[in-house]
Amino acid sequence: MRFINNQSPDKIAEVIEAGTTQFTAQCYELYELPPLGSLVKTGDIYGIVANATTAGLEPGRKPIARGRDEASEEAVYRSSPQLTKLLRSEFTAVVVGYKDGENLRQYLPPNPARIHAFVYLCPPGEVREFSQTFGFLNILANAALPAPTDELIAAALRRMSPAHEDSRAFLVSAGKELAALLSSQYDQLKSILGRLTS
Amino acid sequence: MNQENRLGIVTEASLDKGVEVRLDIPVSVEDMVVGRYVTIEGQKRRFFGMITDVSLGVTDPRLTVTPPDVADPFIAEVLTGTSTFGTIHVSPQLTIGGDAGSLLEGPQPVKTIPGHFSAVNLASERDMELVFGKEDPQRFNIGNPLDMELKLCLNLEEFVKRSNGIFGKSGTGKTFLTRILLIGMLQKSQAVNLIFDMHNEYGWAGTSESGPPVKALKQLFQSKVAVFTLDEENSRRRGVSTDFVVKIGYDEIEPEDIVLLRQTLNLTEPAVEAVYQLRRRLGKSWLQNSLDIEGTEDTRSLLDELSIHESTFQNLKRGLATIRRLPFIEPHAPVDAVKRILDHLDRGISVVLEFGRYRDITAYVLVANMLARRIYAQYQERTEKAMAEGTAPPNPLVITIEEAHKFLNPEVASQTIFGTIAREMRKYNVSLLVIDQRPSGIDSEVMSQMGTKITCLLDNERDIDSVLAGVSGKSELKSVLARLAPKQQALIFGHAVPMPVAFQPVAYDTKFYASLTSPGRSGVEQVEKDIEELWE
Repeated sequence: MRFINNQSPDKIAEVIEAGTTQFTAQCYELYELPPLGSLVKTGDIYGIVANATTAGLEPGRKPIARGRDEASEEAVYRSSPQLTKLLRSEFTAVVVGYKDGENLRQYLPPNPARIHAFVYLCPPGEVREFSQTFGFLNILANAALPAPTDELIAAALRRMSPAHEDSRAFLVSAGKELAALLSSQYDQLKSILGRLTS
Repeated sequence: MNQENRLGIVTEASLDKGVEVRLDIPVSVEDMVVGRYVTIEGQKRRFFGMITDVSLGVTDPRLTVTPPDVADPFIAEVLTGTSTFGTIHVSPQLTIGGDAGSLLEGPQPVKTIPGHFSAVNLASERDMELVFGKEDPQRFNIGNPLDMELKLCLNLEEFVKRSNGIFGKSGTGKTFLTRILLIGMLQKSQAVNLIFDMHNEYGWAGTSESGPPVKALKQLFQSKVAVFTLDEENSRRRGVSTDFVVKIGYDEIEPEDIVLLRQTLNLTEPAVEAVYQLRRRLGKSWLQNSLDIEGTEDTRSLLDELSIHESTFQNLKRGLATIRRLPFIEPHAPVDAVKRILDHLDRGISVVLEFGRYRDITAYVLVANMLARRIYAQYQERTEKAMAEGTAPPNPLVITIEEAHKFLNPEVASQTIFGTIAREMRKYNVSLLVIDQRPSGIDSEVMSQMGTKITCLLDNERDIDSVLAGVSGKSELKSVLARLAPKQQALIFGHAVPMPVAFQPVAYDTKFYASLTSPGRSGVEQVEKDIEELWE
């Protein structure tokens, strides 16, 4: 397995379930989830965070309410320090491309990610490089996701835009790409475009 | 190809219906105007075409039902050129192959269409020059194509080979256009002109709706134009130096001239028949004699003999009296006007016949038809003689007539000389330049024989149809024609131009006058004159 170069930021999670189209990773810290739509990387595979959950370690055991006598939410965690170990935050990322040597490919990689591979949040430079082309929009539009596709596409573009010098121009060209992609689904296009500007 | 001029790509095409072009994103649909020229770069050949329609398209019909919030500039910008886009409809006119042979051959009529997604560009000046040619000894600059800084040159040698028409509503600039064309003919072709100038606009100064009077032919081409007049007094009052005063003798009027005037003189059908009989019976001076006939016994017996009814004769007499009242009609003309006109034409001098105050249609139709008939007969004779003897034929003659529908309407076109000239065309080196505001009134057979048609704005459906009858891509040209500006814009199509083009005629001003003094012979003459003056 190839490792990411040293300048990369700290790892945030580890892959615990991997498929060709998606992978799920568990965060090292409770609630330290990457935001919805952010570009993450594991190995040479790029993914966009599409869904996140925080739940108990054991599937059958639900957390119980503990805060009746506590003054604040933080106090709940202070008085039960085991909670941070019993709960875990996970997120699912849609695979949107991979690095083939020097080339960025915006289509599915030949092999899925590996379990226990580290997951990193991509720095702005890499985000900018990745979003030079919009092939990933097509993958997102067609992915089977728990979160609504429109929301995810809009979130991904919103997250990417600050990495570009002219973020509006970036959004406009992404919008044009979407318009071509969703040429016969005007309603969907409208709802995505509506979520791009704030 | 120059990227600046790129408009879009071909998305649909049919030879019959034309080419659909989807505009590129940066191209604004508002910059596209009908009548502009584009080139289409096919794989093997280039096409030249004209924009004939501009439209907006959407990818999803729901966009039109629930329009997006265009107040949001972001949404507007994203949707422009993607979900919503502009298209233009181009009607291809000419094509030129890519190989050397075809390049030498020049543009040819379109027989095929460009392939899918061929690039479409605005035609550059070089493209237009390739099609229309540059200004040269045969070509005369008549204006510039709409929205282009380019000279549109008309090959006048070709132009005068056929009968031509200038059409347009009143006040759209027909007269200016005609003047420009006449000047072009004087300057660049061998043809001589005979102009029946109903409103006294071509010989000496012409009027302009705005500003001072403009110069006309005689002022610009002293040595090549002679002004004849029917109304000496009027011409003198206007300060026109006339070359000849035309008088017409009774004996010069033939029954055919009366036939043409049937409607204006309010003659009945039998009255027209009677004219022929009277002519046969009374000979050359029939008109004088018929008018002199009083209600005597002799007369009655004459009329009985010719089986002309009394009331018919009275009807005819009233009509003929109207003619006699025309001041330029005399019992016997002192000089043969036709001979004088022909003398001038033979010397290569064009003749403008002014009508002075006699602007009513009776005088115009009578004189124009009569003179033209006799001149044409002379030309016919001479051309046939020249052909038999192998000598040079007479100078090509272009006869300009206004209010042409009076001469060429379906009822009389077969009888008037103008109908004959229009149909038989250049066999005898005579052609017509027809100026009219109601082309629908002109016989369709005559219209179909016209070589080049130039039309200013027309808004009557029937007029538009008759002008465009028989032209390929009629419906497209129709939309161009109907959208010409009400002034100083015209559409030219037919024999003398390789493809139809909407253009703006050259401004008729001092700059134009100056451009006419070509640095040829006249320039040398001017210098010589200047030198002479220095020594005086």
